[in-house]
Amino acid sequence: MNAKVSLENMSVHFGGNHAVKSVNLDFPANSVTAIIGPSGCGKSTLLRSINRMHDLVPTARVSGRITLDGKDIYGAGVDPVSIRRTIGMVFQKPNPFPAMSIHDNVVAGYKLNNTLKRSEADEIVESSLRRVALWDEVKDRLKSSAMDLSGGQQQRLCIARTIAVQPEVILMDEPCSALDPIATLKIEELVEELKEQYTVIIVTHNMQQAARVSDSTAFMYMGEMVESGPTKKIFTNPEMKQTEDYITGRFG
Amino acid sequence: MKSLTFRHLTNGVVTLLMVLATLAVLTPLGLIFLHILKMGLSSISLDFFTQIPKPTGESGGGMANGLFGSGLLILMASIIGLPVGVLGAVYLTEFGSGKLATAIRFSADVLAGVPSIITGMVAYSLIVVPMKGFSALAGAVALSLIMIPIVLRTTEEQLKMVPGTLREASLALGVPLWRTSLKVMLVSAAKGVVTGILLSIARVAGETAPLLFTALGNQFWSKKLTEPIAALPLQIFNFAIAPYEDWHKLAWAGALVLVCIMFALNLGARMMGKTQRLN
Ligand SMILES: Nc1ncnc2c1ncn2[C@@H]1O[C@H](COP(=O)(O)OP(=O)(O)O)[C@@H](O)[C@H]1O
Ligand SMILES: [Mg+2]
Repeated sequence: MNAKVSLENMSVHFGGNHAVKSVNLDFPANSVTAIIGPSGCGKSTLLRSINRMHDLVPTARVSGRITLDGKDIYGAGVDPVSIRRTIGMVFQKPNPFPAMSIHDNVVAGYKLNNTLKRSEADEIVESSLRRVALWDEVKDRLKSSAMDLSGGQQQRLCIARTIAVQPEVILMDEPCSALDPIATLKIEELVEELKEQYTVIIVTHNMQQAARVSDSTAFMYMGEMVESGPTKKIFTNPEMKQTEDYITGRFG
Repeated sequence: MKSLTFRHLTNGVVTLLMVLATLAVLTPLGLIFLHILKMGLSSISLDFFTQIPKPTGESGGGMANGLFGSGLLILMASIIGLPVGVLGAVYLTEFGSGKLATAIRFSADVLAGVPSIITGMVAYSLIVVPMKGFSALAGAVALSLIMIPIVLRTTEEQLKMVPGTLREASLALGVPLWRTSLKVMLVSAAKGVVTGILLSIARVAGETAPLLFTALGNQFWSKKLTEPIAALPLQIFNFAIAPYEDWHKLAWAGALVLVCIMFALNLGARMMGKTQRLN
């Protein structure tokens, strides 16, 4: 199997709190992997170790190995900034830059790094916004503030901003939890399309969502990876009792 | 029924006390402003803004050199103090969580509480003594020492108010932390930071004590930054204690101008603060 990202014995500690416990998991390229599990089980913590977001938390310690195309992303001499350029992230609450226009938000990754070429900006903006099906809704007001958009539009803008810098992997941490059902549906459709080009890892506490959008599903419980496999199998014929209890709604 | 009247009575008394307390705060301010307005308005003229002081005995003259000197001192103090204060605050919020950060915060708080005459003495011994002379430079350093803690702490407070989700958004796009700090966090906090800067300028614009033995003051146009320079508060001080009626008038005019400048700076800071909007 061609794993794009792979966790080998990966643990995360926050001080004395062992939040993610020796997880082994492969994320195949060009597919959607969902991570499910009750709140507080370590889903976000696992996700954020994949783009080295914990580097900023002094108490956090990641051990084991995380590889991207076989290369250890925590290896000596690996620049976390370049990792984050390859592994983009979409957050729980839409977080467009409030001081920037819609246009500037899309190319924020370039603007903030001073790498934006004027001649390319408009093209990047249009193609990124088309990818997230937002172009027609905002093409007449690209210069207005991103804060004028609805929550669902803001989240699609954040996805556009993420794909604008051409990552290979996209991490999504409960991207729909702040959205209404229609906006959620749009994002789910988008996730389906994204996998043609990217490797998508999506955390969700919504099991129907996991069943709808993902190819593989991993179930976490209290920091441990209980079970992972093809989504169909996890939802119809799980091997572990805990998984079955969770997906049938007996706890969590 | 009785208890209800009692309650109404208590309510009335407490309200009255609060009104009186408010008046007690506003009255001195009003009296000061009215008095300065009365004394200053009659002495102010175009000459005040365009002329330098006349030699003793001659009438007329103005404080143009003092206004210019104050402006220059504030500009120089800002050039020295603002980068230190603002970048220091960025360091504290983004990179500082250890002992060094605690030490910096503590020092800033102590520095903010140091009487300004002592700040002047420090600048005197650090700059005036080695350079063997009073200078605009020494005055600017003294003022910058007053500005730094104010700017540092207000900027830090403002940076803390910027949602951490913006920092994460930027980092996740592959923007290094230092760029994120400056171009996302600081920019998002810009209005509050400018408010703090205006307040720090308002604070030093009226400072006299730290300039007494640094910038020293003079009666003419200064040509070099290594020479003494006039400043509005110094000139007001010197003219007010001089035994000439004409000079007293100029001092009042100077006081009025200074109060108006402070008023404008504070008003500007308030307006900046009002329009501050974060998501
Ligand atoms: N920055 C942090 N500092 C300390 N502990 C944290 C931090 N982030 C998460 N944790 C801890 O890690 C555990 C897992 O949290 P999280 O990954 O957010 O769960 P989930 O996303 O599954 O709801 C929790 O016990 C939480 O308290
Ligand atoms: Mg979470």
